[in-house]
Amino acid sequence: MEPSLLLKTCFLLVPAVLLGGLLLSGRRWLLRLPLAVVFGVVLAFGVALWLPGIMDYLVSFCIMATIYAILSLGLNAQWGYNGHLNFGIAGFFAVGAFTMALFVTAPPSGAMVAYAQQWFGLQAPFLVGLVAAGILAGIAGYLVAQPILHLREDFLAIATLGIAEIIRLIFQNERWLANGPQPLSGIPQPLSCVFDGPTCTWLPDWLVQILSVLDQRDYSYLYLAIVTITLAVVYVLLETLVRSPWGRALRAVRDEEASAAMNGKPVKALRVQSFVLGAVVIGVAGALYAPYMVTIDYSHFKPLFATFLVWVMLMLGGSGNNKGAILGAFVIWAVWSGTGYVTEAMRAALQDVAPDVASRMAFLRWSFVGLLLAAIVLFRPQGILPEKKRVSRFLKDVPED
Amino acid sequence: MAESAQTTGGGLSPEASEEDAVHARDTGGMRSRRFVGIVLFCVLAAMWLAGWYSGTSAQEMLSLTIWGVMLGGILALGGIGLTLCYGVLKFPNFAHGEFLTLGAYVTYGMVLVLPQSNPIWRFSFGWELIIGLLLAAVVTAGVAILLDRLLYRPLRRHQSPLVLLAMASLGMEFLLRGIVYLLWGSDFHFYYSGRSNPALHLPLGLRLQADQLFVFALALILVVALYWMLTRTRIGKAMRATADNPDLAQVRGINTEQVIAWTWTIGAGLAAIGGVMYGLASQLRPDMGFVLLLPLFAGVIMGGIGSAWGALVGSIIIGIAMQLTSAFLSPAYGPAVAFVLMVLVLLMRPQGLFVQR
Repeated sequence: MEPSLLLKTCFLLVPAVLLGGLLLSGRRWLLRLPLAVVFGVVLAFGVALWLPGIMDYLVSFCIMATIYAILSLGLNAQWGYNGHLNFGIAGFFAVGAFTMALFVTAPPSGAMVAYAQQWFGLQAPFLVGLVAAGILAGIAGYLVAQPILHLREDFLAIATLGIAEIIRLIFQNERWLANGPQPLSGIPQPLSCVFDGPTCTWLPDWLVQILSVLDQRDYSYLYLAIVTITLAVVYVLLETLVRSPWGRALRAVRDEEASAAMNGKPVKALRVQSFVLGAVVIGVAGALYAPYMVTIDYSHFKPLFATFLVWVMLMLGGSGNNKGAILGAFVIWAVWSGTGYVTEAMRAALQDVAPDVASRMAFLRWSFVGLLLAAIVLFRPQGILPEKKRVSRFLKDVPED
Repeated sequence: MAESAQTTGGGLSPEASEEDAVHARDTGGMRSRRFVGIVLFCVLAAMWLAGWYSGTSAQEMLSLTIWGVMLGGILALGGIGLTLCYGVLKFPNFAHGEFLTLGAYVTYGMVLVLPQSNPIWRFSFGWELIIGLLLAAVVTAGVAILLDRLLYRPLRRHQSPLVLLAMASLGMEFLLRGIVYLLWGSDFHFYYSGRSNPALHLPLGLRLQADQLFVFALALILVVALYWMLTRTRIGKAMRATADNPDLAQVRGINTEQVIAWTWTIGAGLAAIGGVMYGLASQLRPDMGFVLLLPLFAGVIMGGIGSAWGALVGSIIIGIAMQLTSAFLSPAYGPAVAFVLMVLVLLMRPQGLFVQR
């Protein structure tokens, strides 16, 4: 095995071990930890040995799928556990992404001033941007939730759809804020100096020596580790929350609002809290998206990619089940990427027969995903992994249905 | 507030009159229709003054107001269908905007195929557009009924909650938009590109295109016809009964499935005509349905779900507000203005202007 492949495999160990931990979540920690490590090592080296050709593609696929998984988890906190019909994921996603971008970039200087404008640029560290993105998306969620949330549930769908459009319009039209219709570029990637050789002064020399076989192109391996660790943190946090008394109260409010209120649960506060929690998670996903793309603009936050696909993911995976949310994200992202190849093949096939229609084949994917959502709603509204009714580990003798 | 929100059923009541409002339960103070109406009027007046203050002449502001009423007429055509579906079927149909797009594009296809006649009177279009319009209404209604048979009716049979129906309609939104893109591409189109459409000079220095007058007159005629249908004909009364209480309507021998089919036909047909009117007034673009969706919902919710008059009045208020604010704000923010007005009304009177309960 060459050293660069070995190093890449080492980076792959992080997501692989985390995946092992997720799959073995029923076991005790003493058994779970070593088993997860064994699983991770086998998986990572298996991929490196058997599929070295598609490893790069696999990594970039997994990064996007992981970001979608975080979005899906955020939606699950809102829809799965509390029944909020949020059709405005794109809005909170955009708030998170642009907050991250504004926090970590430097304000344009020199000749760039004529071409690029942004409100501020703090050059803050990645983690500061991540936290700020979550907080600002949460504030946006709170402001949306306040006037609308206590009305009929369908009004929230309309209102969030509107808010997402308005947020996108603001980023599209306000030049001073984030360069308006022009893309905001040069978003620094966290720890990217690791692959630049000597620019990371704090790295010990021996590590620099080892890493020098990799170059900037292989950065996505490190970024995959970063996003999967974030996903794991978000997942554990949400699982802990929904298994707590607070989470049970959320489900009670979702299923029987009147009874929950009668039992002294603060219905309105709980609804707002779960909506804001979901918005924070969606904002964090946005914060991870911006550095990965390096360049973002308003068109990334159209309802198809940022709202609709996430809904299909959660509905397919299983609303009310965090594992289902992650599974759905990976499956649908694979389907979406796969249909890209299908439509590309159809485009090539139709090129000579009807060049007009051939150039529009890409839109076939929209219709397909629309049909897919309708089919899920019609035939399996509970998703692949349905919600688990047993919510506390202290209820051992209650059968899990 | 929570109480009034819960009782906001889809009362399909076009006969809302001032006397009823006085006797309604929550008439007091800030929640009364009169107060909300005054507030909305003040908001529009403030927009007027803001536009005037920002340097637009009073005459131009007057023109903008008239154009706003025209836009309101177009929105009302879509909004009435939306409010009917909302009232009878009890779910917000997110695919309704695509009915407008579909109608506009089917008409466009017809205009390309049919032989062109000379323009009628001062309008920019000939008879082929009228024929295309009628065909498009039929086609769109057919699509709506097909979707109902294949998707919404099975969901109704499963007793699916409202949110699943709303989600399915969002899926249909993307399905239909994908089809429109697939068939006609992503370019903008005009019904008659290059044909001049001079403005008529009206008193008070107003300048209006004949097409705009046509759009508004047609909208008004259709709304009056619909009102007549809802209050005087058998199917209209059955529709209102179904909206009020589907089970009771069924017990009384009303074929609710037939009523629902009629609701889709009327709603989608009106939406298709609205789409053509929008295409005449500005241009055809594949995302027009989605852009108009938010103003449509704003007008419907403002007027009160299920109320045809409410949709008309709400749409006209939204239309005027969108045009007036374009004097001092980028016109791209039109949906945002509609949205803010909608939230304002929701805060004061969640059931909308024309629903009593």
